Amino acid sequence: MTVPRCHVSTRKGLFTIERGAGAWSITRTRFLGDNVTLALHDARSGHLFAALNHGHFGVKLHRSEDGGAMWKEIAAPKYPPKPEGYVPKAPAEGVPADWSLKLIWALAAGGPGEPGVLWCGTLPGGLFRSEDNGDSWTLNRPLWDDPRREEWFGGGADHPGIHSVLVDPRDARHVTIGVSCGGVWTTRDGGANWEPTATGMRAEFMPPERQFEPNVQDPHMLAHCRANPDVMWAQHHNGIFKSADGARSWTEITGVQPSTFGFAVAAHPRDEGTAWFVPAVKDETRYPAEGRVVVTRTRDGGRTFETLSQGLPQHHAYDLVYRHALDVDETGDWLACGSTTGSLWVSEDGGDSWETISSNLPPIYAVCFERP
Amino acid sequence: MATVRFTRNIQRHVTCPTLEVPGATLREVFDAYFAGNERARGYVLDDGGRLRHHMAAFIDGRQIDDRERLSDPVAPGAVVDIVQALSGG
Repeated sequence: MTVPRCHVSTRKGLFTIERGAGAWSITRTRFLGDNVTLALHDARSGHLFAALNHGHFGVKLHRSEDGGAMWKEIAAPKYPPKPEGYVPKAPAEGVPADWSLKLIWALAAGGPGEPGVLWCGTLPGGLFRSEDNGDSWTLNRPLWDDPRREEWFGGGADHPGIHSVLVDPRDARHVTIGVSCGGVWTTRDGGANWEPTATGMRAEFMPPERQFEPNVQDPHMLAHCRANPDVMWAQHHNGIFKSADGARSWTEITGVQPSTFGFAVAAHPRDEGTAWFVPAVKDETRYPAEGRVVVTRTRDGGRTFETLSQGLPQHHAYDLVYRHALDVDETGDWLACGSTTGSLWVSEDGGDSWETISSNLPPIYAVCFERP
Repeated sequence: MATVRFTRNIQRHVTCPTLEVPGATLREVFDAYFAGNERARGYVLDDGGRLRHHMAAFIDGRQIDDRERLSDPVAPGAVVDIVQALSGG
């Protein structure tokens, strides 16, 4: 069996943790001092990808082909020139999307029969595809040129962005994306045609007559069960939503304590009834209720939830867990969770108990288990 | 020919030695410099070919006017400095 390994993207570098003989430890740091916003392990090739945002010097992508020891800068997605005379439509907040890469917000491997295919979601809302392991990228024009895309607006950022890309393991032409704010969109033909698929989601932040419009929704994160990808979970700005039909419709799940607000969600890879969330006080304040970090878990498809706290800080803890900072491995037993205050926890029993790996890392943006 | 100098902070990511290159405008000077160092282009210019938001450029100590098209004239013998704007943190 390979050594369990997880990659932690932080404001000051990429950290790799491994489980040695009985204990987890940080075994490697790369890009120390640099802002690593996201990492991906492609189980098909074994490649690792790291997205960096240098601020002054822009957004970059790096790839490692040896498990993370050596890295090489590869192409970053590049927006095409804006057509001559084109006047973009101003969205709700009045700032039209710039045709320029602001942030890499989603990285996903294509299907098992598509070696080298990667998807990349970005701010200000472009979805890119690579067919050569990230050596080059192409903007998905059907989605970008859809006039409804111009109605998207920023959620917590100046620009809208694609943060979730779910590739159906049964059929890689079926791709579902989550947009803050633009709802959920689905293609079933590999990206030639896209439709909004957020029916049932509710946006309390909109005027009453517009609250159920699919294209104004703010899903913070999407996850699906790999054994039954029609079962999807969404941690939405307004709460928790579930789909049992591949995003064709969504049902709101209410009454989950201590809160249904949060950013992260992870879905069990084999058990379609199990998912995890990390709640926070909604929605302007965004800290753990009563200063207690907890994870909520359902194991019955969302009918009931448990509040898991063993091993997590329960006194004056103000850790917020961002949308990509909760991950579950391929067994469904091991979870990793990282916070804005640099705490990193791992569970080996499906969230029943947690071990603190560090309380002193830089702010954590994302965690990513390697999958065989 | 103009002399192009870069902030030392960029050197950690991509080596940008001081060089003399031809060009009558900043765009021409950049094109000449980046022709021999294509990777550096993306660190200084965004994907629309504009000077990156938190970068600043000076020609003989004068901050440039045209960050979009980079049309500021560059006289023979001028010194072009590429630095970070403190607004970028």
